[in-house]
Amino acid sequence: MLGGLLVPAVINGLALGAIYALTALGLTLIYGVLHIINFAHGSLLMLALYAALFLYTLGGVDPYVAILVLMPAFFAAGYVLQRLVIQPAWHGRDENVLLVTLGLAIVIDNLALWLWTSTTRSIDSRYAFEVVDLGVAFIPIAKLVGFFGALAFGALLWALMTFTDLGKAIRAVAREREGARLVGVRVEHIYAMTFGIGTAMVAAAACLLLPTFYVTPQVGYAFVLVAFTTVVLGGMGSFPGALFAGLLLGVVEALCGLYLGESLGQIGIFVVFILMVLFRPTGLFGARA
Amino acid sequence: MSRRTMRIGSGLTRRNVVLGAAGAAATLGMPGILTAQPANLKIGILHPVTGGLAYEGEQCRKGALLALEEINAAGGIKSKGGAKIEAVLADAQSKPDVGAAEVDRLAEAGVLAIQGPFASGIALATTQAAAKHNLPHLVDVGVVDQIVTRGLPNTFRFAPGFGKITGFALDALQKINTDAGGAAKTAFIVHEDGAFGSGMAKLLNEKLPGIGIQVMQTLSHPSPQRDFTNIALQIRQGNPDLIIPSNYKNEFILMARTLQQQRVRPKAGIYALLGGAASNVAFAKQYPQAAEYIMDCNHWYNPTKELSKVFAKKVADKGWDLTYELMLNYSCMRVLADALERASEPSRAAVTAALASSTYGDHIMPYGPTKFVNGQNEGAQPANTQILKGSVEVIYPAEFASAKVAFPIPQG
Repeated sequence: MLGGLLVPAVINGLALGAIYALTALGLTLIYGVLHIINFAHGSLLMLALYAALFLYTLGGVDPYVAILVLMPAFFAAGYVLQRLVIQPAWHGRDENVLLVTLGLAIVIDNLALWLWTSTTRSIDSRYAFEVVDLGVAFIPIAKLVGFFGALAFGALLWALMTFTDLGKAIRAVAREREGARLVGVRVEHIYAMTFGIGTAMVAAAACLLLPTFYVTPQVGYAFVLVAFTTVVLGGMGSFPGALFAGLLLGVVEALCGLYLGESLGQIGIFVVFILMVLFRPTGLFGARA
Repeated sequence: MSRRTMRIGSGLTRRNVVLGAAGAAATLGMPGILTAQPANLKIGILHPVTGGLAYEGEQCRKGALLALEEINAAGGIKSKGGAKIEAVLADAQSKPDVGAAEVDRLAEAGVLAIQGPFASGIALATTQAAAKHNLPHLVDVGVVDQIVTRGLPNTFRFAPGFGKITGFALDALQKINTDAGGAAKTAFIVHEDGAFGSGMAKLLNEKLPGIGIQVMQTLSHPSPQRDFTNIALQIRQGNPDLIIPSNYKNEFILMARTLQQQRVRPKAGIYALLGGAASNVAFAKQYPQAAEYIMDCNHWYNPTKELSKVFAKKVADKGWDLTYELMLNYSCMRVLADALERASEPSRAAVTAALASSTYGDHIMPYGPTKFVNGQNEGAQPANTQILKGSVEVIYPAEFASAKVAFPIPQG
């Protein structure tokens, strides 16, 4: 009976996986360079979702157009956060940063709860129920945009890291911080730029996610654990890895959900994760990180 | 110094002496007036206002405080000299252990009773914790029946539980289906995989064949669930007459939207049991197409009663969502106020006794007079609603109905 649903499930899994990939891109960039597990990632995603929601409801700005506003805004927020909060707390100890990002997450989540209450909000965009008929399944337009958007942002980030001076400086700092400093790279500035770019990617993910999902102060938790898994699976710090792993996890979740039931759907994600940690701890693309 | 004395002396007239004497009398009499003011009666309002159930918890708290505000504005508890009810707020953080710890804190704060805590899992813990302090605990929602079957004398549940709701739903569905010539013969059950959804699914699987509806498939999902496409595709392939969901609000909204995106339209309709958003006015307004014709057996108010209409207007004026959490907690506070009014003294034992003998009947809910039997309010019953033209209407039982049922739903 379920055979006929295989192809639609894979297509749906790819669409879902693209969002996982996009949320993981910022996380993997921040980890790859700053070696920070950013616990505030889910909270920043939630903030970006609220920002996109309010731009839509109060200003009538479509979430896809909001990318142009929110990416620079979240880049600036990420830059300032790193320079004024995370960097001063570092003192050369990574566990300090872990605690600071955890603290940030708690503060941001509770602030959101206080400001906007826990009411579930979502947008009813004009394309919310528009679909493309693929014969075997209807794919919502918003999911298609999310899929290609994730691929485009992944490619953009890869190009930025590969072809620009900023990308070279980021890679240099990631590989050898003191060496980079010796050749004139302003390491603290690069750290903040990296955190800013990672946060901007979260804003992009939020704008692509909003038309198909809802917003509550707890919404970040629905995605952040999978984003961490995606980063490890793809290889810490690897963009192609994050993209591939995100898509893979989306498909695995969709197929496990179909054949084992949705309650066990996420088991597949963690089985793949455990197998990867056992047999290839550097992740799928770890060597290239 | 001398100048000041002089001035006092120069102002010593007969009028000033009289005024001074009056002032002194008033000042001396003040402590007497203050002691005559009865002490506030503290009630613990305990809900999960942070964490995964924050929305529901916040709605609960709003409902309780709205009733409390009205009671105090109307003169407080008259038999206790017009004593005001004082809310002591507590947050279970959506966790049973935190809920239990909050009960201890409320007991120490000197509350006479506790109202809350919405979720079944939390209620199991808080009622037990309250029993240690001989603290009466009026459970607002908490549909799991074990809450009132453990023999805790301090525990009272205002709303109906699983057993009653399922029985009511099956009766309603059977009647609606029979009236429609047996339009629904097959069903898919979609439920969240916690105690609430799984318990409901188990009961439905046992009982639905008895009313002539065959369960084709039972699909469970976790909360939160990020995507309902697989479930929608399976339903589309199975093509049942009826979809019966039991899940929380966020998942219900995602599911309803996905069903519409995937062009899934069951022949007879969607009949939710305690559906998270199926009786939610905000959902009905925001997604009129996805929400239209969804039926729900749930806690709901009696829309035909004047008191309920006034309540609904107040809620609308405040810009709040009209949800059952709000309704039930508004009602619970009124039941508690009545118990405080009848309690022989402001003590926990007296409030427990007053709750146990409650016959309070001025409800906004479609309930009979309150009657707690082994802690369960036997006067409680759910209602069957349907979203029609963007409004949540009661369609069953007939005496509370505000609209006629649309079943099977119009196709095309």
